[in-house]
Amino acid sequence: MKTGTVHNSDSFLKNISSRLGRDTIEPAVTLPEWSYSPQHRVLENATQEELIAVLEKQCQIIHTDFVRVKPENTLEETLNYVIESYGGGPIITWDDPRFEQSGLSSLFERDDTSIWDPSIGDNNIPLAEKANIGITFSDITLAESGTVVLFSGAKKGRAVSLLPTVYIALIPAESIVPRMTQATSIIHNKIQDGDALSSCINFITGPSNSADIEMKLVVGVHGPIKVTYIVY
Amino acid sequence: MSIKIGEGPFHQRVEKGLNNPFMRGAVSSAQERFQQRKASAIEELGNWEEWRSLGEEIRQHTIEHLDFYLNQLSENIIKRGGHVFFAATAEEANHYIRDVVQSKNGKKVVKSKSMVTEEISLNACLEEAGCEVIETDLGEYILQVDDHDPPSHIVTPALHKNKEQIRDVFKAKLGYTKSEMPEELALHARELLRKEFLSADIGITGCNFAVAESGSISLVTNEGNARLVTALPKTQITVMGMERIVPTFEELDILVSLLTRSAVGQKLTSYVTALTGPRTEGEVDGPEEFHLVIVDNGRSSILGTDFQSVLQCIRCAACINVCPVYRHVGGHSYGSIYPGPIGAVLTPLLEGYEDHKELPYASTLCAACSEACPVKIPLHDLLHKHRQVIVEREGKAPVSEKLIMKAFGFGISSPALYQMGSKFAPMAMKPFVGENQSISKGPGPLKSWTDSREFPAPDQERFRDWMKSRAKGGRIDENRYRS
Repeated sequence: MKTGTVHNSDSFLKNISSRLGRDTIEPAVTLPEWSYSPQHRVLENATQEELIAVLEKQCQIIHTDFVRVKPENTLEETLNYVIESYGGGPIITWDDPRFEQSGLSSLFERDDTSIWDPSIGDNNIPLAEKANIGITFSDITLAESGTVVLFSGAKKGRAVSLLPTVYIALIPAESIVPRMTQATSIIHNKIQDGDALSSCINFITGPSNSADIEMKLVVGVHGPIKVTYIVY
Repeated sequence: MSIKIGEGPFHQRVEKGLNNPFMRGAVSSAQERFQQRKASAIEELGNWEEWRSLGEEIRQHTIEHLDFYLNQLSENIIKRGGHVFFAATAEEANHYIRDVVQSKNGKKVVKSKSMVTEEISLNACLEEAGCEVIETDLGEYILQVDDHDPPSHIVTPALHKNKEQIRDVFKAKLGYTKSEMPEELALHARELLRKEFLSADIGITGCNFAVAESGSISLVTNEGNARLVTALPKTQITVMGMERIVPTFEELDILVSLLTRSAVGQKLTSYVTALTGPRTEGEVDGPEEFHLVIVDNGRSSILGTDFQSVLQCIRCAACINVCPVYRHVGGHSYGSIYPGPIGAVLTPLLEGYEDHKELPYASTLCAACSEACPVKIPLHDLLHKHRQVIVEREGKAPVSEKLIMKAFGFGISSPALYQMGSKFAPMAMKPFVGENQSISKGPGPLKSWTDSREFPAPDQERFRDWMKSRAKGGRIDENRYRS
């Protein structure tokens, strides 16, 4: 990877050091043990079923449809049902092996499904823009806030969860954790291990919205207008 | 636009605010909504005080070691192929950004909400250079379309406008033909702005928190515009105030949790986006080139002073949402893009006392702001400290305060005079007392109060006389407790 450039760092940082009573920029700082850690106590002992129940309840607050695959149905049947309820395609998805692993190959037999394809470059954008529905998996799911965490990548375009009118997140039950704390801890550990961090990590909590006009909530502004989570 | 907004002296701006009944209604109902939402969001946590203490501790530690963390951030960004520019002044920041835009032959710039770019007047600089600059946050877009009306709140900048006013602006400027329903107005903006996102050359964002350990920047938003600004244009420029940084993702968790609850009463906003460098090998969206501009613009001169804690601020506006003074005078009265208690503390520090010496007095020192602050900035103490500085070092106390203090000083300088004054009060005020035992048109310093509300008439019986008679077993005058 090409290294970037930096301008004026010396004079800028040395000024800060001197304002803070130091002659030079501190070479190393160790994080202290914080006096409190309330974040670890949120939903601390919740079972997976309890976390799913918290997620379902939170979905009502964030204007998101919550669907859980019933024992008598497959994920494929449930997804098809949700797609049809939104009026069908065009659809755009990530290029993600989890679709096939989860029995969703038939999604790609549809004429109106496109897969995010790095080899066609910018031509992905109009496909996502014209899509009625974008579908991705959730990499980590936060019960407390009703959030899906997506790590973008070459085959996992940022636009898939952003440009279509509707966004559907497929949520493996085992991806559900209590709150943001567990997700940021996973990310922090990756960084410590020297793993390459995704250039874009999105914490998505329901559809886009705004309260900029008279503090009245409008659901659906620049991003998706409707969102469904499917837990399987 | 710079930090300073609006014209005329402070009292004229306040007068204008006080005489704008729509604005006052909008602000007070917004304050109530904000407060209710925040209350229910923090009640669920159960241990809000622990969260605040943790937030305070993290912010204090980070500011204390700011040189280290900024250096770490910068090194991690260049490792990822991003570019970092440290700007000591607004001019340096603007010129660097303008040069980057010109080197890319950029004509159209889309922006997501950023207070620091307002602070440095970036838009004016880019427009002078011939660029079209489009604000894409709905509130900011409304203000921009309405001939650059200044923001009046740091989270919801168009708070002072009602939907009918917005409809009329859209009709006059954007060929809008529908109703004043917020849904229809927002949909119109969505359709127009979507085209702009798709055709823009440059995306410019602010930064809620940079993360030192990875060289990431995070954006906390609801509308999705910041995601579009950072996904579609080929070049991304992010501008951050130098104090907006956390050590690691673990601290990001705490500060984002505090921010979203305090700002809008949400557990998390619709989008929290952590971006690290430009797009990587094989990626086809996200910027090809990433620049981070870290702005000082007066902040470093706050370090090492009594005011250092103001740099803990995470721009949530919780202090603004509880301030009784803001409620009545509105955001524009402060004459700063940073209104309310945080603005009254920060603005004179960044821009000097000369133009802003009244701001520390635009407070009752009731401490609601300090109580509301999620990172425990002692805002009312800092306001008090400003007053000390103004009086002791600068000799710049506002004239009205000088007069009142002079008269009060004279009146209380001897017990006899004070006695006489308080005894005389009911009589002196008699001509102003209406039928309902209250004053509707007060003289002198009371006038500003009674222009918009009634002032209770002084009691016939003085407190010290009442106390004396009570001590002697006298009957309590029931009229004392009339409402």
